[in-house]
Amino acid sequence: MSISSKTSRPLRLPTPRRMGYAFSWTGRIGLAVILFWAVIAVIGQWIAPYPPGDLVGFDYFGPISPEFWMGTDYLGRDILSRILMGARYTVGIALAAVTLAVAIGVILGMVAAVIGGWFDTLLSRLLDAFNGIPSLLFGLVVVAAVGSSIPVLILTLTAIYMPGSYRFARALAVNINTMDFVTVARARGEGTIYLITREIFPNILGPVLADLGLRFVFIVLVLSGLSFLGLGVQPPNADWGALVRENIEGLSLGAPAVIFPSIAIASLTISVNMFIDNLPTKIRDRSD
Amino acid sequence: MTESPLVSVRDLRIGAVTDAGRKVEIIRGVSFDIAPGEILALIGESGSGKTTIALSLMGHARSGCSIDGGNIRVGTHDVTAMSEAGRAGLRGTEVSYVPQSAAAAFNPSKRIMDQVIEITAIHKLMPRTEAESRARTLFRALALPDPDHIGQRYPHQVSGGQLQRLSAAMALIGDPRLVIFDEPTTALDVTTQIEVLRAFRSVMEKTGMSGVYVSHDLAVVAQIADRIVVLKEGEIQEVGTTKQILNAPAHPYTRELLAAFEPVPHVPAGIGEEVERKPILEVRGLSAGYGAIRNGEPVAKVLKNVNFRLERGRNLGVIGESGSGKSTLARAIAGILPAYRGSVHLDDRKLEPALHARSKEDLRRAQIVFQLADTALNPAHSVGAIIARPLTFYHGLRGAKCDARVAELLDMVHLPAALRHRLPSELSGGQKQRVNLARALAAEPELILCDEITSALDTVVAAAILELLKELQRELGLSYMFISHDLSTVEAICDDVLVMYKGEVVEALPVARMSAEAAHPYSRLLISSVPQLDTGWLSGLEQDPELVAAFAHR
Repeated sequence: MSISSKTSRPLRLPTPRRMGYAFSWTGRIGLAVILFWAVIAVIGQWIAPYPPGDLVGFDYFGPISPEFWMGTDYLGRDILSRILMGARYTVGIALAAVTLAVAIGVILGMVAAVIGGWFDTLLSRLLDAFNGIPSLLFGLVVVAAVGSSIPVLILTLTAIYMPGSYRFARALAVNINTMDFVTVARARGEGTIYLITREIFPNILGPVLADLGLRFVFIVLVLSGLSFLGLGVQPPNADWGALVRENIEGLSLGAPAVIFPSIAIASLTISVNMFIDNLPTKIRDRSD
Repeated sequence: MTESPLVSVRDLRIGAVTDAGRKVEIIRGVSFDIAPGEILALIGESGSGKTTIALSLMGHARSGCSIDGGNIRVGTHDVTAMSEAGRAGLRGTEVSYVPQSAAAAFNPSKRIMDQVIEITAIHKLMPRTEAESRARTLFRALALPDPDHIGQRYPHQVSGGQLQRLSAAMALIGDPRLVIFDEPTTALDVTTQIEVLRAFRSVMEKTGMSGVYVSHDLAVVAQIADRIVVLKEGEIQEVGTTKQILNAPAHPYTRELLAAFEPVPHVPAGIGEEVERKPILEVRGLSAGYGAIRNGEPVAKVLKNVNFRLERGRNLGVIGESGSGKSTLARAIAGILPAYRGSVHLDDRKLEPALHARSKEDLRRAQIVFQLADTALNPAHSVGAIIARPLTFYHGLRGAKCDARVAELLDMVHLPAALRHRLPSELSGGQKQRVNLARALAAEPELILCDEITSALDTVVAAAILELLKELQRELGLSYMFISHDLSTVEAICDDVLVMYKGEVVEALPVARMSAEAAHPYSRLLISSVPQLDTGWLSGLEQDPELVAAFAHR
């Protein structure tokens, strides 16, 4: 009666790399770009060469020049300064909204999966009904009622994206909930909070993070949509989506004013997905 | 050998790349031949490479694996030198495959006939009408009921044993020269297994095809194979005729495999010589089921009026085929599925039917251990954290005291203490089941409900787990309720046996008198269906056809 030496793997020290917490270069580049924009969001105000609202150029849709590194917009404002300031709104609002939406959705989804019964049914139908309201219409009504401000934008976007996140997390949690290890914990007499935080959450973390990345991108887009209707970030400030749109006529003139905000949006959204897709295997797929 | 072999494998080497990017050799220089019409069995525990070798005969290597060396010849084809397109042409016409799980191999949304004759359509072998009549001939040869119309059904409309035979028909339709059977009866009940084995054997004898039969079960292999190759860790340990391997094994590993089959009669653990033993568990009139509750009774009733007593320090075995309600019984006792009628008494204390109504102390005293250690351990927690949780939860242990106790528990189940930092995915099947046991022991229970805990393990590993259970019982005075579909496992550890059939207890006997005195026809059928390590067992087996018709769902 002994465990043969062949069945047990050689013992090894748990370092981050061996534990599977190392991640690929693609992921690292993604993370670097995200951090770059996060830093810009904080310090953009001080490093911008011109005040973002001032008309500094004499020409509209000005080209790249030593004075204006990214050209000027349709009113002759410096695009570089406007992108640096826009980072604060785009990155800040989207990040806050996506964090709130996913956090609330995931917690409610796991609670619904574990408790089940009428609680699950009631909450699911309620949020389904809520999902039926067109998102822009909802934003329009809310902002018209209480006025546009950053907290209102964040909460509106959270409300729009929370039900989807709830649905996703609930579906994942229902699967984990039927696994034997959850049954064992239940049979031990564990409460709902333990089941959610220790047994279920670690096992749905990977897909939830992937969902977070996708939702972040959607929120950036809806934020642009709200700005277009005049309900988003108020002038003279603008988020990146608004920058693209207000300069869209410049596209036919080949103006850099429309190219650079687009590149900013693309770099952020692609990096978020590059990072999420290349998370350490231990987080991305716990079953490995 | 005057006759040239149909298949010859020389110095086969198959490598695999692990998740960590390490290269390992999983098959190391294997060579064997298969003569025309011969059935060769590949036997070994999981991880021995038996399925990998079988698949390589079709030129197929599972993803991550690659055939690195050696050569495989099937008929006139050199499989190793062929292009991928050439190998695809080989599959189904020269070599075909019968998978372990027929249920997973059939597409649930297509009729059986369309799937069985698919090979003829892919390789353009014959027109559809001819293929269908050929399929019906095969259905008849495989002793399937209603051979003319069974093809019109969908996979969920036939039983597991029938589906397994249909997957054999699927493999045979292209008239291959070699058929690979990959553990085709492992997932079946013993009563069903017999019929499937018989069908396979008669059809192979009639057609004169060669076969490769992959299995971990020597008794099954003994019924069907001409020669046996014993594998361990990708190397051949011993090759011989079935008779020679069973009667005169030369290699120590073969002897170990055979020894794991020997029934070890259970000696009841004598804890004190009390004259009157108190029951640790008593179940009275227990009924439980699933589905919506109507008039206080669930729609699908699984357990019907179950009564038994289990005395302290004794072990109770519960046997029956799948769907007989054995696992439901364990769940109802543990409170996971609240019983709607009847009562469960633990040490003369009546337990509440529902889990949340029971006290922590009641929950602690009866622990349940599940069959699949893979799903019973949270993949996100380390072994140490898994075992420590019941210690903190029931006994309030924390910090150094808790760590010391975890080490003690790991030692109890014969695992090194350093294992506590590992994740469950880094353990072998047997190790996982030991961790599973250690977690149950951490609660310091008096009763452990074991739900098929050895069924997913290899024979040798399962024997070691049974040995461990006995040892723990001697040391800790535990009682077990041991659920299994395997009579010999129950014989090895239990004092008393309950035979369950369709949610009812049809027989309750001390295990020693089981084979001699079992009176219920279903018990008798079950006893006679357990394969014996004897090549003539299946041919000599005579079962009452009426009994079979009444109780076996073939």
